Amino acid sequence: MGSIIRVNNVAKVYRKDNFDIPVLHNLSLEVEEGEFMALMGPSGSGKTTLLNLIAGIDRPTTGEIIIAGIDIATLSESALAKWRADNIGFVFQFYNLIPVLTAFENVELPLLLSPLSKGERKIHVETALKLVGLEDRMYHYPKQLSGGQEQRVAIARAIVTDPLIIVADEPTGDLDRNSAEEVLLLLDRLNREFNKTILMVTHDPYAAGKAKISRHLEKGDLV
Amino acid sequence: MKIFKLVFKNTLRHKLRTFLTIIGIAIAVIAFGLLRTVVTAWYAGVDASAANRLITRQAISFIFPLPYYYKERISQVPGIEIVTYANWFQGVYKDKNQFFTRMAVDAETFFDVYPEFKLPKEALDAFKKERRGCIVGRDIAKQYGFKVGDIIPIEGDIYPGNWEFIVKGIYTPRDKTTDGTQMLIHWDYLNEKMEQDWPGRANEVGWYISKIKDPAMAGGISKQIDNLFANSSAETKTEDERSFQQSFMASVSAIITAMNLISFVIIGIIMLVLGNTMIMSARERTREYAVMKTLGFSAKHLTSLIMGESFIISCIGSGIGIALLFPIVSGFEMLIPKGYFPIFRIEPITVVFAVMAAIIIGIIASLFPLHKALRTTIVEGFRHVG
Ligand SMILES: Nc1ncnc2c1ncn2[C@@H]1O[C@H](COP(=O)(O)OP(=O)(O)O)[C@@H](O)[C@H]1O
Ligand SMILES: [Mg+2]
Repeated sequence: MGSIIRVNNVAKVYRKDNFDIPVLHNLSLEVEEGEFMALMGPSGSGKTTLLNLIAGIDRPTTGEIIIAGIDIATLSESALAKWRADNIGFVFQFYNLIPVLTAFENVELPLLLSPLSKGERKIHVETALKLVGLEDRMYHYPKQLSGGQEQRVAIARAIVTDPLIIVADEPTGDLDRNSAEEVLLLLDRLNREFNKTILMVTHDPYAAGKAKISRHLEKGDLV
Repeated sequence: MKIFKLVFKNTLRHKLRTFLTIIGIAIAVIAFGLLRTVVTAWYAGVDASAANRLITRQAISFIFPLPYYYKERISQVPGIEIVTYANWFQGVYKDKNQFFTRMAVDAETFFDVYPEFKLPKEALDAFKKERRGCIVGRDIAKQYGFKVGDIIPIEGDIYPGNWEFIVKGIYTPRDKTTDGTQMLIHWDYLNEKMEQDWPGRANEVGWYISKIKDPAMAGGISKQIDNLFANSSAETKTEDERSFQQSFMASVSAIITAMNLISFVIIGIIMLVLGNTMIMSARERTREYAVMKTLGFSAKHLTSLIMGESFIISCIGSGIGIALLFPIVSGFEMLIPKGYFPIFRIEPITVVFAVMAAIIIGIIASLFPLHKALRTTIVEGFRHVG
């Protein structure tokens, strides 16, 4: 198995009000296919920034990011959007579900961009919700769910398109111990049973312990 | 449109806010429609005026009469086909609120000069034969149930006395701009009565109407007519019917101009109301738009999402407004004296305007929030605190 993610000499500088804020300095990182990697580090060290670059929702200032052989920094905005839809599943700290959509509809959302029929979408959505153990909450709205349940819906949304890579930014950061445990077990299962490559940002050593490997970021450098 | 469901659900997200916005748009559309209807009603007289008719009136004021013998002299001006004349008779039918135009006209010539008052030949002949006869417009005939043979009692004011007229015919307005609410009596009959009772007021004409061959000659012919009577005790002022109508309502023209303007200002206000709602909604959803972009939704999708919502609200509001406009205009018509505006109705163009405005407003109100949603990068969207 080769490296599915190759980050080569990537630097990221944010510009804000004519100030340059350098966040990542010539950072390189490789992740094997089927890996479950935890990215740790103090707040403000650039973990989210790195994750965003790898997930193709932000662009590096210099350097290249090659995912499964594609240098995503060279893709056009619309090509990148399509690439994300096909390859990446996202899990955020604050779940980011659409409040007016039911669990089912939230999970269905990314499939609306696919050519799947309504019936096919239903099968996929139900499978994903079953996998996260929420088949009995399909028609609940986010505000009718607990934080842990919301995050599991978000995980179902991330996997429903069967992406190559799942990125999770502090997925347990807003959850109590038990809910966090459920989410981590789920990620672990996705990694083991479905061989998903997972990149998880966390500053919780317990959560990081569930990953196969952890890397540390300090002030924009991997240590 | 798979995301239509989301557009719809977004619309209902803040039910009260959406409801208030819709009501605001509906009220504005009603105000717009009502103002436009009043403005068109005012201009209907002008629109209905023919370019080939000249009106000659007393130079100082419309209220002073002209001598009857002017008719012969005016007839001799080259370019004039027929001359007819009329007096404002008015009087009171039942009570002062039954306000429809009552004029004394020359039965021989009036309907030749006003072909838009369509009257069957038999009715015209019957009218000519009966000195106390009258012709009424279809609209008042319907409203008051006047039938041929009925007697209409009028209490005179300008021409005192208790008058009675026998309906000899009902004219049909040629089209929607033609006034269907007039009552026409014999000038000859009126004049006879004046000779008997008020000899000083006999042989007086309110105004002359000349039908000319070529509207392009209106200016020259008007001048020639007025020159005939220059330096006499009753000088004249002749102008084409349109100018006459306009000067007749000159006193209200400032108000009409203001109403005209306000009706369009209202459209601007609707735009602000909806724009404000859309901006608030879009700001609250900054994160959601970032999520959707992350999932691969494109600018096209966000455009349908935001514009679609704006559009739905605008269309529902306008739809309700237009639906309510019709009963409200009818109600308004009942409040104003009968016949005050001969033609008071919602012009199709007003509805077309309102619908077009709704569409354009729906689009414009969403432009700013849309621009903002598209310009915000995903990363900025997620960092947005709101
Ligand atoms: N869009 C941005 N504009 C300006 N500065 C940013 C932006 N995103 C992140 N930063 C800054 O970059 C640094 C790293 O941020 P981040 O990657 O979010 O760190 P972490 O996730 O490790 O807490 C912080 O100092 C943060 O303020
Ligand atoms: Mg972070």
